[in-house]
Amino acid sequence: MESTEAKELHDTHHDADGHGADHHHDPGFWRKYIFSTDHKIIGIQYGITSLLFMLFGFFLIATMRWSMAYPGQPMPVVGSLLHIIMGDMTSAVFDPETKELIGYAISNDLYNAFGAMHGTIMVFLAVVPLAFAAFGNYVVPLQIGAVDMAFPRLNMASYHLFLLGGLIMLASFFIPGGPAQAGWTSYSPLATSIQTDGQLYWLIAMVIIITSSLLGAVNFIATIIQLRAPGMTWMRMPFFCWAQFVTAFLLLLAFPPLEVGALLQLMDKVAGTSFYLPTGLAISTMKDISGGGSPLLYQHLFWFLGHPEVYVLILPAMGVVSEIIANNTRKPLWGYKSLVYSTLVLGFLSFIVWAHHMYLTGMGTKISTFFQTTTMIISIPSVIILTCLFISLWGGSIRFNTPMLFALAFLPMFGIGGLTGLPLGFNYSDILLHDTYYVIGHFHYVVAPGTIFGLIAGIYFWYPKMTGRYMNEFWGKVHFWGSFIFMNLTFQPMFAQGMAGMLRRMADGGVGYSIANNPDAVGGLADQFVKLNANITLAAYALGLAQIPFIINLFYSISKGKKVESDNPWHSTTLEWQTPTPPPHGNFTTPPTVTGGPYEYSVPGSSQDYIPQNQKA
Amino acid sequence: MSGHGPEEIKKTIRTYLKVLGVLVVGTIATVGASYLHFDSMAMTVGLALLIASVKAGFVALYFMHLIDEQKIIYKLLGLTTFFFLGLMVLIIWASGDKPMNTVMP
Amino acid sequence: MEVPYTVENRPDTGLYNAKVGIWLFLASEVMLFGALFSSYILLRVGALEGHWPTELLNVPIGTVNTMVLILSSVTVVMAWASLKLNDFKKFKMYQLATVICACMFVLIKSYEYRDKLTHHDVVLADGMRVDGHLVEETDEYIILSHPVSYPAVKGIGYRPTAIKEAEHGDDHHHAEDRKIMLADIVKRTTWGPWANTYFAIYFTLTGLHALHVIAGALVIAYYWGPGSKMWKTNPEQFTNRIEVSGLFWHFVDLVWIFLFPILYLL
Ligand code: HEM
Ligand SMILES: [Cu+2]
Repeated sequence: MESTEAKELHDTHHDADGHGADHHHDPGFWRKYIFSTDHKIIGIQYGITSLLFMLFGFFLIATMRWSMAYPGQPMPVVGSLLHIIMGDMTSAVFDPETKELIGYAISNDLYNAFGAMHGTIMVFLAVVPLAFAAFGNYVVPLQIGAVDMAFPRLNMASYHLFLLGGLIMLASFFIPGGPAQAGWTSYSPLATSIQTDGQLYWLIAMVIIITSSLLGAVNFIATIIQLRAPGMTWMRMPFFCWAQFVTAFLLLLAFPPLEVGALLQLMDKVAGTSFYLPTGLAISTMKDISGGGSPLLYQHLFWFLGHPEVYVLILPAMGVVSEIIANNTRKPLWGYKSLVYSTLVLGFLSFIVWAHHMYLTGMGTKISTFFQTTTMIISIPSVIILTCLFISLWGGSIRFNTPMLFALAFLPMFGIGGLTGLPLGFNYSDILLHDTYYVIGHFHYVVAPGTIFGLIAGIYFWYPKMTGRYMNEFWGKVHFWGSFIFMNLTFQPMFAQGMAGMLRRMADGGVGYSIANNPDAVGGLADQFVKLNANITLAAYALGLAQIPFIINLFYSISKGKKVESDNPWHSTTLEWQTPTPPPHGNFTTPPTVTGGPYEYSVPGSSQDYIPQNQKA
Repeated sequence: MSGHGPEEIKKTIRTYLKVLGVLVVGTIATVGASYLHFDSMAMTVGLALLIASVKAGFVALYFMHLIDEQKIIYKLLGLTTFFFLGLMVLIIWASGDKPMNTVMP
Repeated sequence: MEVPYTVENRPDTGLYNAKVGIWLFLASEVMLFGALFSSYILLRVGALEGHWPTELLNVPIGTVNTMVLILSSVTVVMAWASLKLNDFKKFKMYQLATVICACMFVLIKSYEYRDKLTHHDVVLADGMRVDGHLVEETDEYIILSHPVSYPAVKGIGYRPTAIKEAEHGDDHHHAEDRKIMLADIVKRTTWGPWANTYFAIYFTLTGLHALHVIAGALVIAYYWGPGSKMWKTNPEQFTNRIEVSGLFWHFVDLVWIFLFPILYLL
């Protein structure tokens, strides 16, 4: 939440044109922070909630990593705590000689549950809400010069639905049997047959979260179409807004099929239908089903969302990074139009590539070829975007502040993530790599050092606007170098493990398949790859520690950070910096009229090296 | 939409009533056609869907005023239709294109 | 602070906010029902020979319900036109008709649901299958009316086409009520969503559609009742709201136009 200082700024500010009636001078805590309809407060609500979820998601994987690196060994401290909370889902570990209880490890079921929850929480409750809802809410209306979102009350409803969905997801940790265990993909019939109500919670929570995202998407698109300030033509919109616009469309049109997917699975669970249960299915827990369903139907519905979802994860981060790069190179973005059109093409194509996640489901060669082709085509706009951003650096007098460091790191990290995706797009190489740690390495390069770096950059960048104070630069740099090094140490070895054939979703990290344990078997996992598990785990813990300076910095700087010298501390061109700091309810003191493009930096002949969008003569 | 003067509204009201007629006739026709029992399944399905599409078209064009709407709405609906067809066609194609068409007894 | 274009159209787009909003929402609804239709097709095309029952629903009732919904679609648009003509009384009348139609639709639909949920389908120890409406049930036996029976060969999802011919034959009431001892029953189910994939998708599609009908009716009823006060204070915005709720209502009608043939007739 905001500090008292920020609150004061809020309260003492008045609209120039005297719309005082709208301003409750003291709306009270609840109206102001919980039931607020102000897009900025809602953005901050989303931001805080999703950062907490991200921390929780990290905690889950941290415990899982222990299990992979030291299978069967008791987890210090955390093991006993988990035993108190999760009861029998942890497994007691006894000393082989003395038969004494020496601690608790997570059971295989709990590993599965945590894995499913790590994926679900990271994707749907942490990164998407942070990238799309938090940054989108805070920044988009400001950047287009609007007073608020088009439907402020709907906006509030979106957040509350999101929170409800998140709480239901969390509640499933405390029910007997624990949370869903069938992975973040929840493939049927696996998901339907596991005897835990956690899956039910998962489905209900997903339906609610999806509804929330749909309402949010409607709101964003309507806002961008209807509330752009006078003069803010489409081609004068900052690239960040374009990225959010396309993202909103992806959510709007791709989420409903997943909602259907979840609803049908819910019917299978509670109404005894067989949408995803084929005739002749032989699972002991599922007798008396009518059969006649299709497991692949679920996969189609899931991945119809699933693929656009990866662009939902990455586009907002690209938007943030573009803003920061333009601002800190003091140059216009190179190829703004190419960026915009590439993004549109990317969004469009992302709807017809989904079955590249399904090469191993026995698809025919014709349809495989189709999806392989569209997948290769879609990599072109991504490459264009990255190239434009790289070229934008050329010849700039770069300011290496913390946001810029994270933004710069985004480029090669996302590059690695993207390029390693190509072998997964060709069906002949995917057949070998599918479901191995190579895949885990690939998409984590995209979402962790990619998206999350972009978002962290955004936090450092817009923090002065939200609070009126900078975050600490020194600790910011410590945070950056720590994150950068340990991110790579965590995820880089996974490529090697995957190519050596180590599969994902294994609680023992593949020891069971190692040559050491199966000396006579052909194709066992070589020891050095199994040993990498311990390295990765340590790196992941170090990565977690590297976030501590960030967390402290985030809270400490609210009241103790260096104060900004002006409303536009980074000397930026875009409209969000032309507001008071922090912006009051209603945003602008005088409604802005846009007269120039988004990136008028270092314009020859001008007295300053930037011309704000509303100040071009 | 173009102007909504009282005269025009009165004119559109007459259109609405005509559309009602079309919809009623269309419904009777669909039901009637289903009793015809064509030999080919494709014919039966095709006809039923054709009539339904015509009816839906009238509702969309006249009741929902799509006959005279802003460009941006058309663009949105065009995009949606494309993705909807993509979803449907590709799923069906994928279900038909199999390396081995094993049918269980 | 006032969000612009809640009432008047934005000059360059020619639209007010809520209209953009509702069309966006409808676009997502198209994808929602589109995904369900795709599922329907996939399940139907993938069904084994004879496992997709047809002609189990009551076509006359379905036709009546279709007409009811079409009628309501007209009254909704007429209500909006009446507001445009400044005729508030007529608006009230038309919207009342809409709400009544909506209630009728839901009532008829629930009658149909009940009809199916009380239709029992049993497999007997002697290898025969019998289905019919439950008329009486005790601890020892059940009585089914107009039962149809045939050999239970291929599991409960299977219903040979020959049966539906028999049903439509001349002797429609071909059998008396039949008493079946519970002891003879091996397996028993009703025609709910669990019976087979056809009923599964039937209940899911129509159920989701019915939820839309109910939601739409609630909104329309609100603007007919308490919400209509706005006509006095802000007639233009009120007319906009009626238009927007109407758009939603037409969409619900439009979905039904497709549901009716694919579920009842094909
Ligand atoms: C930054 C720290 C993170 C680490 C160390 C990490 C590590 C891992 C590991 C080792 C797995 C594989 C688990 C297994 O196969 O058993 C995994 C799975 C996964 N992670 Fe992460 N992850 C991190 C962040 C994220 C983020 C930010 C996202 C998404 C935005 C994410 C999404 C996923 C998903 C979707 C899965 C697949 C879950 C499943 O198998 O169903 N992770 N993660
Ligand atoms: Cu994909």
